[in-house]
Amino acid sequence: MGLFGNFLKKFLKALFAKKGQIKLGIYGPPNGGKTTLANKITMDWLGEEMGSVSPIAHETREIQIKEQITVKSKNKELTFNLVDTPGIATKIDYEEFIKQGMEEKEAKSRAKEATKGVIDSIKWLDDMDAVVVVLDSTKDPYSQVNITIIGNLEARKIPVLIVANKIDLKKSDIKKVQAAFPQYDVIGISAKVGTNIDAFYEALFKLTNR
Amino acid sequence: MLTLQFVPHSEITDLNSEKKIQKLLKIVREEKIILLEGKLHSNEKSELIRKTMEEIDERFKGIEIEELDAQAKDQAFLQKIRTVFINLLLGSRRGLTIIGPASIIKEIKKDPDKIQLFTEEQKKKKKK
Repeated sequence: MGLFGNFLKKFLKALFAKKGQIKLGIYGPPNGGKTTLANKITMDWLGEEMGSVSPIAHETREIQIKEQITVKSKNKELTFNLVDTPGIATKIDYEEFIKQGMEEKEAKSRAKEATKGVIDSIKWLDDMDAVVVVLDSTKDPYSQVNITIIGNLEARKIPVLIVANKIDLKKSDIKKVQAAFPQYDVIGISAKVGTNIDAFYEALFKLTNR
Repeated sequence: MLTLQFVPHSEITDLNSEKKIQKLLKIVREEKIILLEGKLHSNEKSELIRKTMEEIDERFKGIEIEELDAQAKDQAFLQKIRTVFINLLLGSRRGLTIIGPASIIKEIKKDPDKIQLFTEEQKKKKKK
């Protein structure tokens, strides 16, 4: 992160600290549906989308923030600043983007930005008050990226809610996600279709002790 | 040719996290697959990912990493207590970590008591 990036981070930190609001982070591996969930939340409560989504990995390459989101459920209210983060990965290969139809220059630029995005996501871990980890429930949950993200949050004593996303797909297996992380609450949802989203909002209250 | 390099716990135990990660990344960048005795702490793993991202370029595509626990899943109560004591004594020495360059290892599957490495060559053969 350059000088401007550091300044921006400090500025945003100071802004949040002043308001004393909860910073709710959305973390996970690429293409788990983090931005789709962020969009669902902001559409439901602000009436606007947060970021663009794509079947090509690493669509979100910068930290995205939406402030002052108030979720209401059964006479309860929860206000937070939503932080959508770039997907965390251990490898980024520009040639994979070319295979998916990108021009070489664009693919290389996307790969470069994606590496910076991963670095930023890791840096921002310390700033979160609570985190929703979004996992693709059609994929193997035992990946080292998932274990590392959750292990880091545990070490920092940051409350974690695991979302097993994409339950609308046939290959989805919530039980496998639950078995992989038995000590955490796991909510199965489809951020795209909106399945079980009310249970997700209820879980946010528990996550933030509201 | 595939090169495996065993890194015993004694070789990294006195290093701080930064040096440990530097050492591991240096070996991976030499296109070797590391068999590390023990496991990295979660903060060391995130630091390894961060440093890997800093070093990614057109030649180096990143890493694959997987861990294997030494602890059996269905242990009797006394065995579990024994394991807790051993962990206290040996710390992160138990288990095995495999780290390799993503250009060579395409996928690591954990089953969960065995690890399968799928290399670039195997993937090509599979496609045939």
